[in-house]
Amino acid sequence: MVPLWMYLLVAAGLFSIGLYGVLSRRNAVAILMSIELMLNAVNINLVAFWRYNSPGDLNGQVFALFVFVVAAAEAAVGLALIITIYRRHKSVIVEDVDLLKW
Amino acid sequence: MTVHEWLFIGLFFALGWMLPTIPIVAGKLLGPKRPNKIKQQTYECGIETVGNTWVQFRAQYYVFALVFVVFDVELIFLFPWAMAYNKLGLFALFEMTVFILLLVVALVYTWRKGALEWE
Amino acid sequence: MDITAESVVFLILSALTLGSGLLVVTSRNLFHAALYLMLSLFGVAGLFALLTAPFLAFVQVTVYIGAIAILIIFAIMLTPQVTRTNARNTQWVGAVVVAVVFFAVMVSVLTPLMDDLGADDWSADFSEEDPDDVPGTSLADLGEQLVDPDYYMLPFEVASVLLMAALIGAALMVSPAIADDPETETGDDESGG
Repeated sequence: MVPLWMYLLVAAGLFSIGLYGVLSRRNAVAILMSIELMLNAVNINLVAFWRYNSPGDLNGQVFALFVFVVAAAEAAVGLALIITIYRRHKSVIVEDVDLLKW
Repeated sequence: MTVHEWLFIGLFFALGWMLPTIPIVAGKLLGPKRPNKIKQQTYECGIETVGNTWVQFRAQYYVFALVFVVFDVELIFLFPWAMAYNKLGLFALFEMTVFILLLVVALVYTWRKGALEWE
Repeated sequence: MDITAESVVFLILSALTLGSGLLVVTSRNLFHAALYLMLSLFGVAGLFALLTAPFLAFVQVTVYIGAIAILIIFAIMLTPQVTRTNARNTQWVGAVVVAVVFFAVMVSVLTPLMDDLGADDWSADFSEEDPDDVPGTSLADLGEQLVDPDYYMLPFEVASVLLMAALIGAALMVSPAIADDPETETGDDESGG
């Protein structure tokens, strides 16, 4: 039997990897992929807590389901923004998109 | 779902990995290797290849992928709803109709705007 | 922890998830990173299955691997080759420090709770009990609650509105038919670029 804290440890590791990716990548698509990793870590946590804490209740599963929906919408709009930025600036490197920077 | 059903799924994945891997590895190990310049070229219907493999695709493909993603997400709600259909009343049917209609409105709008037209 | 079939499967799946997750943020080729992302998401799907949430595992495979990862690969193919690098920026050392500190904080929070979060009445051990008996795992219950006004009817309908907005907004942003349309041209873009 796998105790709950091991799932939480895996989720924390995945979230840290995603955090590193978000902070250290230059390519906007790579940053979006790291965000997907972080969302997955959150989903592992939600499902693990649902399973060990309140399996009679559907809250955890439904919450994870809506995270999927939001992740799909976020990826769709985020990638569309990246493609639009590429059209205007001919670059998907986030440092190059500094029009609003002081 | 009992443990036996998961074993079947595991068997399925094991077979799915083995079926393509064994011919590739066996071909590498058993086949004779006498390469020359023409043999090493990329095979593309027998014609000589033109340009780089990693070409840039048109942005229009993205719109179709987008429509696919949205209706794929719709499926995750449609599926449990269909499982419970016999227990649900007319109101649930109405709710799902609203859900699907909103997405159809989005599809029709993008279509009418010309985003799905291929130039 | 006793070595059971479940713990072995758990260790394999978490190694798959974390290992390919690391490769996502370290591989030089962005396209390879996207493929490793799919592998990592597949490991998460396996963890869902191990937590007796087969529907979520199914959704993970169809929506995340089948749709979102494909969308990401599309976006990579739509940007030209020169930008397809997965290079790190100048602050990557700081990023390592932040990630390690975050992980250390998480571990320090978890360590004192290890005994509390250990064995429970509801074990995830699927070989001992039939998960169909566990209340709340039935797909029909999920469908019922999803359209029940007392439960999740509102978020269910709002999700539809969100998807509608995402589809319209993203399609209009990307579609060249609209981007080149003089009526929708705002006129404030950089004409020099």
